[in-house]
Amino acid sequence: MQLIRALALFALLPATALAGVLPEDRADLMYHYYDGGGVTIDGPSLLVRKKFAEKYAVSASAYMDMVSSASIDVITTASPYDEERTQLGVGFEYLRGKVTYAASFSNSSENDYNADTAGFSISQDMFGDLTTVTLSFNRGWDDVTRRDDDVFRDEIDRRIYGVDISQIATKRLILGLAIETITEEGFLNNPYRQVRFVDPGAALGYDYEFERYPRTRTGNAFSVRARWYLPYRAALQGDYRFYNDTWGIDASTAEVSYTQPVRDDLTVDVHYRYYMQNGADFYSDLFPRADFQNFLARDKELASMQSHTLGFGVAWEFKPSMVNFLGKAALNLKVDYILFKYDDFRDLRVTGVAPGTEPLYDFNASVIRLFFSGWF
Amino acid sequence: MTRARIAALLLLLAAASGCSGIEPWVKPYEREDLADPIMAWERDPVASSYMRHVYESREGARGAAGAAGGGCGCN
Repeated sequence: MQLIRALALFALLPATALAGVLPEDRADLMYHYYDGGGVTIDGPSLLVRKKFAEKYAVSASAYMDMVSSASIDVITTASPYDEERTQLGVGFEYLRGKVTYAASFSNSSENDYNADTAGFSISQDMFGDLTTVTLSFNRGWDDVTRRDDDVFRDEIDRRIYGVDISQIATKRLILGLAIETITEEGFLNNPYRQVRFVDPGAALGYDYEFERYPRTRTGNAFSVRARWYLPYRAALQGDYRFYNDTWGIDASTAEVSYTQPVRDDLTVDVHYRYYMQNGADFYSDLFPRADFQNFLARDKELASMQSHTLGFGVAWEFKPSMVNFLGKAALNLKVDYILFKYDDFRDLRVTGVAPGTEPLYDFNASVIRLFFSGWF
Repeated sequence: MTRARIAALLLLLAAASGCSGIEPWVKPYEREDLADPIMAWERDPVASSYMRHVYESREGARGAAGAAGGGCGCN
């Protein structure tokens, strides 16, 4: 742990690095916007990378969320609120022969949540540079508090172990495989969320009590991906990920994306993503009575659910004549539409019906990313 | 967890045991198409990282899709 904390002083990049070649000198300034389910989140994001002597690279990132929330959870059990989240990160990479060492550190802070994450990874090119293997380890320390509650304070300790293999299969096909294990220990539920239970004496026929989650969770994710270069200069990618964890969640994610350069300076992307999961073992939309079991959840992220995403992107590259130190620049716009559908999470805004017969909840979300990239 | 770790170990052993003696079947000079920027797994890290955060805040599954930061703004 002391080693990790020491590495955290150096910091840096999200862990997967390209072995053999350090990332290009590049700066990205992005505006992001999310609107869905009564929640609006927007803000700026900045990432700068710079290398030195072709052996060292440093990076710094800043990210801000401005949240305005009147989600279904909030309006049925609490009051709408506004808050901000700020995330700052730094990273360092060192290339030695065919091996790249990377270390990173980031801090995310909200008024009721603080998260520190440190990471370390090693990437190696092998087999004539046809294969790149990356081993990574990330450690996270979260502090959880609750607004308007000076007494409540708890923590989360997180460890993430990862293996990623990227394999050149043919002159036009790359394959990828990733395995990640995430272990968490501590206060893992949302301190504001509540479950509902049948209460014939209550006006609505049900009442609420706070969620109670196990204090440990271990999840495993396994993913495969393939990217083809098509004969007419376009790229097609397929991804599949399987996930399961000790809370009983099994999930599958499948995605297909297509990239088409339209002109020398214009590239268009389109992608579709499908996600499905079954609910956690201790999840229920409506428990039969208070304190029905040891662990109680009605967090819709733990319900049986699906999501569909359809996304489009356009990138325009240009040579900025006004800014001499930029070799090239690009303006990008990406728009995604997401539909979240729940199989056992009901819409409690509907009243006047028997508890447990309310319509199932679903919502649409729009995500916009507008960003400027400059290579220097 | 155990199965995933064993699988990871086997993959590593398989990779390590073949470090020598394999002739690259795609020569460096044959990788022009693969070097095209449109073939990058992740062309825009700042944008990809944001989408991972969007999904991880609203879905139960995490991992094997790149790195994402803490906190969620998802109450």
